[in-house]
Amino acid sequence: MIHGASAVYYREILILRRRLSRLVPSWSVSPLLYLIAFGYAMGKQVTVQGHSYMEFLIPGLIAMSSMTHAFAISSEINIARFYWHIFEEIQAAPVSDLSYVTGEVLAGMTRAILAILVILVLGLLFGVVLSCNAWFWLAILLNSFVFASLAVGLAMLVKSHADQTLLTSFVITPMAFLGGTFFPVENFPAWTQKIIYLLPLTHAATSIRAAAFGDVPALSSLVILAVIGSLFFYISVLCVKKAKD
Amino acid sequence: MIRIQNLNKTYKSTQALINVNFQVNKGELFAFLGPNGAGKTTTIRILTGLSKLDSGLVMLNGFNLEHPGIESRRQCGLVPQSINLDRELSVIENLNIHCRLFRMTKEQSASRIDELLDYVEMSDRKKTLVKNLSGGMKRRLMIARALLHSPAILFLDEPTVGLDAAMRRKIWALIRKIQQHETTIFLTTHYIEEAQFLAGRVAFIDNGAIVVVDTPESLMKQKGTWALDRLKEDDMETLFFNDRNQANDYIAAHKDSFTLRRVNLEDSFLALTGKKIQ
Repeated sequence: MIHGASAVYYREILILRRRLSRLVPSWSVSPLLYLIAFGYAMGKQVTVQGHSYMEFLIPGLIAMSSMTHAFAISSEINIARFYWHIFEEIQAAPVSDLSYVTGEVLAGMTRAILAILVILVLGLLFGVVLSCNAWFWLAILLNSFVFASLAVGLAMLVKSHADQTLLTSFVITPMAFLGGTFFPVENFPAWTQKIIYLLPLTHAATSIRAAAFGDVPALSSLVILAVIGSLFFYISVLCVKKAKD
Repeated sequence: MIRIQNLNKTYKSTQALINVNFQVNKGELFAFLGPNGAGKTTTIRILTGLSKLDSGLVMLNGFNLEHPGIESRRQCGLVPQSINLDRELSVIENLNIHCRLFRMTKEQSASRIDELLDYVEMSDRKKTLVKNLSGGMKRRLMIARALLHSPAILFLDEPTVGLDAAMRRKIWALIRKIQQHETTIFLTTHYIEEAQFLAGRVAFIDNGAIVVVDTPESLMKQKGTWALDRLKEDDMETLFFNDRNQANDYIAAHKDSFTLRRVNLEDSFLALTGKKIQ
């Protein structure tokens, strides 16, 4: 299994390395704009949960970025599947479905970690130093695991690249704005909070934020992320089987 | 090497393969000749484990493909119809990915890559990005890649589609060279000359069913040796003769304009199916 997964991961990393000089600037544009518009210009005088809005915002952006960049592996899979037909080359090789999903999920998680490093550097430029402890990285890894696993499964179900864009619009974008990224979930009415806590990103954002401020995140949130991630991962393996033929 | 009995495959409401039966022997170059949509690619997809069969028996080098496993995939080298190389990566990176997918060691990979790039005359292109290669080079690279793990059977799905005549002949020479090393080759094509030039045996396939399996020579002999094409008002009429003098006598006796040529597989296909391949 390890050989197959490492081969799939190796391919994704070669492509990522080839594009890295173009990707890093593009990864920094959105966070930079959010930091300037919301953190610096709008939130300069605002304090949230005892921290400046900039300090509150950056962990949220990290949660959001780890989600979007891990999920972006679905676009890579679709391009390889629908335009370049590379999926066929992998299918014809002695690589199990489990190995394929493992390789792609790890590639998605790698992209997410790299994108987060960009945000951390941007945060330093704005004078925000976060506590990047083990809890912080654990929450990020779990969040990127959830969304990379979801991405692989959905990439197998869609019939075209256009369908993929639709999924991003209906699944990822609403979550990015409602999952405790830009404001505390507690600002919502109690019934809305219950719905928002069904979103994995909410658990990721609250965990990453708690860890970044030096606290221990709620264990329940980390367990929820691990369970949802494992479920998505398992479904993805089934979806790869279904995508054949 | 390959044994297929009563193979059936249906996609939604379309029956892609109907009771297909044939056998491919070790070291043979077997060609599947038929028009687009005849079922050639579906057969290759089943043989390489990319598609599941609905019913029938498919044996590939001792492996039953009713439930294709990982091990049966090691037996096959596949060159699909569409270019499926990573365009942003270099030649050597593409080959390295394949070696890793087939669990080859670093030492095995390095020597096999050198050997095969030399074989397809691309040793000087190792670091070239695939997007900068010509169509013919991409095809040669795909053939080299499919041979990296020393498969028992090489599947070539329309290997020269979209190439000019000169490049097509270059690929044919390469396929001949591969066959000299006793690799079993399963080729699909809708180019008559390709099947005629390369194949030891040919199967005609039409609408998902096998029409006939025989050597190109036997198939062509059924119609004669020489063909006379006469252009009529809205159609082309073809007459067949066993020797050239008979054909020349016929031309002399008629005032029409004729084209004299040798009988080819298209004539046999037309006679058996009532339609042309191309």
